[in-house]
Amino acid sequence: MAKTFKKPEALSDQHTHYCPGCTHGVIHRLVAEVIDELGVRGRTVGIAPVGCAVLAYNYFTFDFQEAAHGRAPAMATGIKRVRPDLVVFTYQGDGDLASIGMGEIIHSANRGEKFTTIFVNNTVYGMTGGQMAPTTLPGQKTTTSPAGRDVEDVGMPIKIAELISALETPAYIVRQAVIKPKYIVRAKKAIKKAFQYQLDGRCFSLVELVSTCPTNWGKTPVEAIKWTEENMLSYYKLGEYKTPEQFEED
Amino acid sequence: MGKILMKGNEAIGEAAIRAGCLNYFAYPITPQSEVAEYLSRRMPEVGGVFLQGESEIAVGYMLFGAAGCGARVFTTSSSPGISLMGEALSYISSAQCPAVFVNIVRGGPGLGGILPSQADYFQATKGGGHGDYRLLVMAPDGVQEAVEMVMMAFPLAEKYRNPVMILGDGLIGQMMEPVEFPDHLKSEPSNKDDWATNGMDTRKSNERNLVKSLFLNAELLEEHNRVLKAKYDRMKKEEVRYEPYNIDTDYQVLIVSYGIISRVCRTAIDNLKAEGFEVAMIRPKTLFPFPEKAIEEAASKDSCKVVVSIELSMGQMVEDVERSVHGKRPVQWFGRSGGDIPTPEEIIDVIKSFVTL
Repeated sequence: MAKTFKKPEALSDQHTHYCPGCTHGVIHRLVAEVIDELGVRGRTVGIAPVGCAVLAYNYFTFDFQEAAHGRAPAMATGIKRVRPDLVVFTYQGDGDLASIGMGEIIHSANRGEKFTTIFVNNTVYGMTGGQMAPTTLPGQKTTTSPAGRDVEDVGMPIKIAELISALETPAYIVRQAVIKPKYIVRAKKAIKKAFQYQLDGRCFSLVELVSTCPTNWGKTPVEAIKWTEENMLSYYKLGEYKTPEQFEED
Repeated sequence: MGKILMKGNEAIGEAAIRAGCLNYFAYPITPQSEVAEYLSRRMPEVGGVFLQGESEIAVGYMLFGAAGCGARVFTTSSSPGISLMGEALSYISSAQCPAVFVNIVRGGPGLGGILPSQADYFQATKGGGHGDYRLLVMAPDGVQEAVEMVMMAFPLAEKYRNPVMILGDGLIGQMMEPVEFPDHLKSEPSNKDDWATNGMDTRKSNERNLVKSLFLNAELLEEHNRVLKAKYDRMKKEEVRYEPYNIDTDYQVLIVSYGIISRVCRTAIDNLKAEGFEVAMIRPKTLFPFPEKAIEEAASKDSCKVVVSIELSMGQMVEDVERSVHGKRPVQWFGRSGGDIPTPEEIIDVIKSFVTL
């Protein structure tokens, strides 16, 4: 019997270390499918962050470098500058990108570095056990905001897609979600567009993906998806924030 | 090509190009900003990469990324900037990538000052970043040697797959001296196909490469650290470099001094010789590995009464000198640490004071 549903070549045969219901696996698969479809596996370099996805390279079958916390965009800059023929992407969570790595992402985006960033926003530091992140929602309980995020004390959550798209230079900034098939289909399209723009020589592209963390949220996977749809999507609005075409029309 | 008069910082930039390093990332900081200014003009001329990063932290990781995908790459900075690069140095060392860092040292701690200093000796030779790692550290005594060491640094970094640091100082960076550039480095960058993320398509093997430093398993981490230690031990065997001075005399005092201050010591030794007072010097050219045996042997000479570490810090290298001498002779220290360079007369007085003790 012929196989109708195959694993992408860019994805390895590994047991996952991610928790049940975690959406990293979905995102890994989408990235791998896009790399297969674009036929660039042999010249792609991924940059793994610090966080749950530090071991992302275990699930892909192409070259990878592992960054320090927040520094993936600087490493991607180094690679892409000296080897513009490589396809380079960073894979970063919200603590990594929106907190400790804010300087690196803003300046890479603003210089128009020709790589792609996959930004996974699940509102918490996953690997270290569910601490408050810059993206934690108001009132959301975490291990370092046990009474809920107090915005009087620590400010409102950072909207990365909006923030980066306020810069003049970046080419493509988009936010999608990976919680249900209808969102996942759009997320895949966004990821493919971002990589295609890179292949076309366009400058910086970032795909923010609204994701879940059932373990650290203390929810079942099904509850986590429901919570995300009901609470995150009204604050983190989905859609394209910046496209090169729009920039050209201006 | 004959000698030309060149500022140290610019000569360092030119030396890197002649060593075949066409990739440079940096952040401005006094007293080394002329390297970046020079290379912002020169790199485009030779088809190289010049990028001013947003911080020394980012620059450290630009080097990590570039080195990780197999490129020859270097940066220059000064003390506070090197502190910020300490994190990347730890990661690059663990991931075993070759890269060259030049520290045009200024006074510290904190913002310190912008005048010459050797107060980053500990940072360069003992750590700076976290974990069990070492840098191969070379210390030039002037512009000519800075050029030669920069050109040696790239093949050494590739031989050991480890960062190499050139420890200069604000005076070497700022002063102009006649300099003669050696021929362009003949050695091609080493084959990096077995480890660098240069893209699978460019390699014969279909295996992907990983550049990483995470080893969650205790046994694997220890095994990794043993591999690193074996490299550092090999450096100790093969890369010790030093220059003896006036060593064939019946010297009463042995000076250990490196970098710019060693040239003042040399004048002091010459002037004392004219008085009939013999003093010798071991000048470490590599600070790690440190010329321990040479110092121990020179200190052990019957005529030698005392060993003096003379450095532009409040006493850092002296700890390695003590370690090398193994208690066979008393070890003294003399240093200046605000940015002023002592005169030969000041050093002569110090030497005499230690002998009459």
